Amino acid sequence: MARRAGLVASPAPVSTEPPSPEVAGGAGSGGGLRLLVERREAAIFVVAVALFLYFTFATSAFISYANFVTLTQFLAPIAVIGAGEALLLTAAEVDLSAGTSFIFFPFVAYFLWANAGLPIGLAIVISLIAAACFGAINGLLTVMLDLPSFVTTLGTLFALDGIMLLTSNGVQDTFSLSGTGGSILGNYSWSEVLWALFLVAGMFVLFHRTRFGLHIVATGGNQLGAAEAGVAVRRVKVWTFVLCSVVSAFAGIIDAVRITTLDPGNDGTLEMFYAVAAAVIGGTALTGGRGTVIGAGIGAIVLGVLYDGLNIQGVSAFYFELVLGVAILLAMAANVQLRRVAMRRWRVVR
Amino acid sequence: MSDVASTPSEPDGDRSNEILRIEHIRKSFGAVVALRDINLHLNRGEVLGLVGDNGTGKSTLVKVLSGFHRPDAGRILIEGTEVTLHSVRDARRQGIETVYQDLALIPQMSIYHNLFLNREMTFGGPVRMLSNRKMRRLAAEYLADIRVSIPDIDATVEQLSGGQRQAIAVARATRSEVKILLLDEPLAAMGAKESSLIIDLIRDLSARGVSLVIIDHNYTHLFELCDRLNVIEQGQITLDTAVRDTSLEELTAYMVTEYRKQIMAGRPDASS
Repeated sequence: MARRAGLVASPAPVSTEPPSPEVAGGAGSGGGLRLLVERREAAIFVVAVALFLYFTFATSAFISYANFVTLTQFLAPIAVIGAGEALLLTAAEVDLSAGTSFIFFPFVAYFLWANAGLPIGLAIVISLIAAACFGAINGLLTVMLDLPSFVTTLGTLFALDGIMLLTSNGVQDTFSLSGTGGSILGNYSWSEVLWALFLVAGMFVLFHRTRFGLHIVATGGNQLGAAEAGVAVRRVKVWTFVLCSVVSAFAGIIDAVRITTLDPGNDGTLEMFYAVAAAVIGGTALTGGRGTVIGAGIGAIVLGVLYDGLNIQGVSAFYFELVLGVAILLAMAANVQLRRVAMRRWRVVR
Repeated sequence: MSDVASTPSEPDGDRSNEILRIEHIRKSFGAVVALRDINLHLNRGEVLGLVGDNGTGKSTLVKVLSGFHRPDAGRILIEGTEVTLHSVRDARRQGIETVYQDLALIPQMSIYHNLFLNREMTFGGPVRMLSNRKMRRLAAEYLADIRVSIPDIDATVEQLSGGQRQAIAVARATRSEVKILLLDEPLAAMGAKESSLIIDLIRDLSARGVSLVIIDHNYTHLFELCDRLNVIEQGQITLDTAVRDTSLEELTAYMVTEYRKQIMAGRPDASS
């Protein structure tokens, strides 16, 4: 969204309430702070750069082709699912089942391809349609029963996990593709991160440049008000759930082809929580109405760099969880506090 | 001043000047009857005030007319033609715009996105993109037109004062072709200066030929702004009077008498 440099610097016309409203805080005061509030991804961007520089100088192996492949493969699915969650969080909802979609729908694609003998492209399309239906169920349950999505998607998470364990008998499968199709779908080292870039960019455009994106903000920002203005708030929510499920499923398929293994025992919920964490530390509020797709992408980079960097340093992976926990708490606190400070500073004096 | 509980609106006479007529509108929420049997009319260019205690159905009536609630029964006629208002979009297509009591603004969104909410301008295809620059410019121009000044068109609504927010809500409702404007407590919780801005806006609209329905608890404001007043009690219009045929004292006395009657009758909603 193109914003002017600031309220502070703009010419103050005559207000509705003479004398003209003063904007508290003089010109130029706290420009950096203002940037942090208006561009919510700015803070996490600084953190990402700092971490990147730190591991570059602290370890010799961080800057290397092989490590970058590892790093991007770790963060790509988090970025994609995180961007989907950022949209849902902005609509004041959440999808706890996104990680399970990430694990389950590759099985569907594999079954259609290996057992039913469909071409891989068609198998993927059908599995994505199935994911869309699953997202629609999440959305419809939430808006029709008027339940918090925390509850509905917690239910569908376990239900889908159950279906996966029953149909697979908990047995692993090998999902190995070859040729150009296989390269595009994950065999090429960089294909996963390229897909992630493409999907996150697509969601960015959808969120910031289309009516649908604006209606997501309106729905999460003031659901009743948006409905009174004629916004189809329920439809907006259902479609956002659909989107989140589809991108999660697709990220899962690419990831499964890359590692060539389908494991029903994989923990999808951990992937989901990483994704929500990426969205939240990227600057998306849990209360709705404020979100950033780019922030989720940068959040995923931060998680990836931390995880990978600590690994290279030989630090126990346990530290990663600890650092992640503290980072989420700090991000939430900063989100709330920065806004509070900003509102005090820039609120037009009444 | 005449009691019209039995004959809710003027007997069949010349209706050519009517822009809006509603007949026998009924709306319940579960067991709660919000609108029992509403009959009223609005003449072209007229300012009609709706008076009534909290919980008598005023806001429900506004939401039926704005397309937000569907009535259970009854007819709505616009310029003599029966219409169905099944959505806010339907109502807008008929030229009915609403400023809700809660303003229906999105605090986190910019002023111009709020002004264009659900009527966004787009370009291109197959995925249509928002014309943010155009909306921004048109919003600034329109606000300047109706002499609403805001510090910055890019500011979010949460950064505005109460009066400024009210002005944005009115501006959103009047930016496009509006025939009938519904204002639900447009002056609630507002200081004298901010009220005078909104009152000026309402007068300008009336002068432009917009027909208005205003809900307000402040009778002084209503006498200042309205041509005609309707009293609504328990989901029915019980009094229809031209402002020139009554006085502030008379109306106040009427309302107090009615209130006492309800208490004596032991109506459960009399105290609400």
